[in-house]
Amino acid sequence: MTTSLFSTRGADPTTAPAFLAPLEGRDAALDGSALPVVADLRARGRARFAAVGLPTVKNEAWRYTNLRELAKQTIGPVGDSAATPVDRLPTVRRDGAGPRLVFVDGRFRADLSTIQGLPTGVLLTDFASACRDHADLVAAHLGRLASADDRPLVALNSADLTDGVVLRVGAGVAVADPIELVYVTVGREGVTASSHPRALIVLETGARAVLVEHHISQGGAAVLSNHVAEITIGEGATLHHCKVQRENDATFHLSHIAASVATNGVYDNFILTLGARLSRNEVVSALDGRDARTHVSGGYMVRGHQHADISTIIDHAQPNGTSREVYKGVIDDHGRAAFQGKIIVRPHAQKTDGHQLNRALLLSDSAEIDAKPELQIFADDVKCSHGCTVGELDDDALFYLRARGIDKETARGLLIGAFLADVLDEIAETTVRDAFQGCIAGWLEEQR
Amino acid sequence: MIEIKNLHAKVDGKDILKGVDLTIRPGEVHAIMGPNGAGKSTLSYVLAGRDGYEVTDGSVTYYGKDLLAMEPEERAAEGVFLAFQYPVEIPGVANTTFLKTAINAIRKHRGEKELDAMQFLKLLREKTKALGMSDEMLKRAVNVGFSGGEKKRNETLQMAVLEPKFAILDETDSGLDIDALKIVAEGVNALRSPERSMLVITHYQRLLDYIVPDYVHVLAAGRVVKSGGKDLALELEKNGYRDFGVDEAA
Repeated sequence: MTTSLFSTRGADPTTAPAFLAPLEGRDAALDGSALPVVADLRARGRARFAAVGLPTVKNEAWRYTNLRELAKQTIGPVGDSAATPVDRLPTVRRDGAGPRLVFVDGRFRADLSTIQGLPTGVLLTDFASACRDHADLVAAHLGRLASADDRPLVALNSADLTDGVVLRVGAGVAVADPIELVYVTVGREGVTASSHPRALIVLETGARAVLVEHHISQGGAAVLSNHVAEITIGEGATLHHCKVQRENDATFHLSHIAASVATNGVYDNFILTLGARLSRNEVVSALDGRDARTHVSGGYMVRGHQHADISTIIDHAQPNGTSREVYKGVIDDHGRAAFQGKIIVRPHAQKTDGHQLNRALLLSDSAEIDAKPELQIFADDVKCSHGCTVGELDDDALFYLRARGIDKETARGLLIGAFLADVLDEIAETTVRDAFQGCIAGWLEEQR
Repeated sequence: MIEIKNLHAKVDGKDILKGVDLTIRPGEVHAIMGPNGAGKSTLSYVLAGRDGYEVTDGSVTYYGKDLLAMEPEERAAEGVFLAFQYPVEIPGVANTTFLKTAINAIRKHRGEKELDAMQFLKLLREKTKALGMSDEMLKRAVNVGFSGGEKKRNETLQMAVLEPKFAILDETDSGLDIDALKIVAEGVNALRSPERSMLVITHYQRLLDYIVPDYVHVLAAGRVVKSGGKDLALELEKNGYRDFGVDEAA
């Protein structure tokens, strides 16, 4: 499965040393170093990133997202986050007592985490423990779906591979409760602390799970969060994977999710982007088995000088696959968004049904969006569609609401909420939908 | 009391209102009739405060306040209500949410306590029953998928809930069959009171059979050219607007 979003053209190797410097001399001390697969991947990642550096806008895949500001940061290692107190931990659960792993600046915090309430057959653990206790699982999946060769930021993540999450749901096991991952960035004064968490997620045949990720900041320090997730969906397995990112507006949030879906499997991904100075969410979902389904969707809300990038690749590699993709975005002030949606239908993937929709609402004259849908269809018996709209708030509707006594800001909030409302329907889990609805309401409240 | 004096307004750089004078006292119902293009809808939008309608001269004094200096939501909170000729569809906003937000915004402005969910529902049930509206219409998005009659009933419901001091009914009869017209007119008549003024804007006399005005004014080419009692409407019905230099048949 090689879907190249990136070639080495349009990258700047001179940026590499600043990002690799914080890693110098740490090798031996890093968890998992004893595992050859980990040591190899780090070495390869380091070599690769040293050779290419950060991507530039000259690269087609990065045309709309400029990492120039990231390149200017003074990059440093994360501080000692082992004892940093954390004020509040978000959850979608009303009782607040489910399985949850917490990471502070990318480092696992056992003291804040709980793995209670999981059925037998489920492994939920941090990367170092997995390297120690489940070396075969790590060896089988690490670096399999996300290639350090293809993408510089995956290479950088690999170079600093230290911590993260490993989740395996055994054959036939259904986990009813959402499993939550909370990533808290704290950072350090004076440098942009970089962390590179990795997630390995494996659902075996017929397994089902709901995974919810929260990304938040504590304080206002600038950080670089550079996530990579490798997700294997077995035959007939279903993963609902929902993520909300509310990091502070000094943060650089980069994420690459690579999923492979086997026959009759379902990978469902929803990402709500509210925070960060610059964010990029890459989702690559490959339908590698027949009758597989994937559903990738989300909302992005951008204001101030924020930049949000959603770049997706749906790769239909086998027949009878179904993909559905729905994104909605709201862009205010000097905010910028980029949406790139590629659907590939390989020659063998007959009877594919693919649908993509991106709708954006621009709230100010200086708000911008770049949208690039891209269909690459090599099979002849397929249904594929894409749609893209960019609009503004309806003046008639705004006046109608105001003429009923509703002040301008509340009226705008109602209309923005209404615009976003149906994208939340893409979330199958009610608890998650309600929690994300609350995050959007909070964003709108701050908007006033 | 509402006093419109020498009101001039432009839309897209074009003079539409050219000196409208009109005084409406509490409890009075005034009808404004006139041919297409006379400026009837412009007058209603200027009074409600819509963007894009530029007042170039004159004044509107509303119970001693300068109405034209207020934002649309302030006017609504002060008791001005425009029943739209073409009520706007707002996908994604439930009718109940809309009504509750509106009534509480207005109550807040008046220094009254906001209604909680239970109080609001009780009020709403009362008002919808009188207008023969279903609960289903309240759950739907504002005006989305409503028939012409349902939209006008929804306007009337909003008026009943918000209890304005000054209601402007812009072509309320347009798009209504006679049964729908009767229901809407009954709803409006139920709201007539000694404290509430109404300005009924219409092209046809028909509506005035059901909402009987105290005064009738003819608006032509941006000015009130004739005023009289309710009989003036009948006269217009018979002779058309020819007497005012307008030949609608042309």
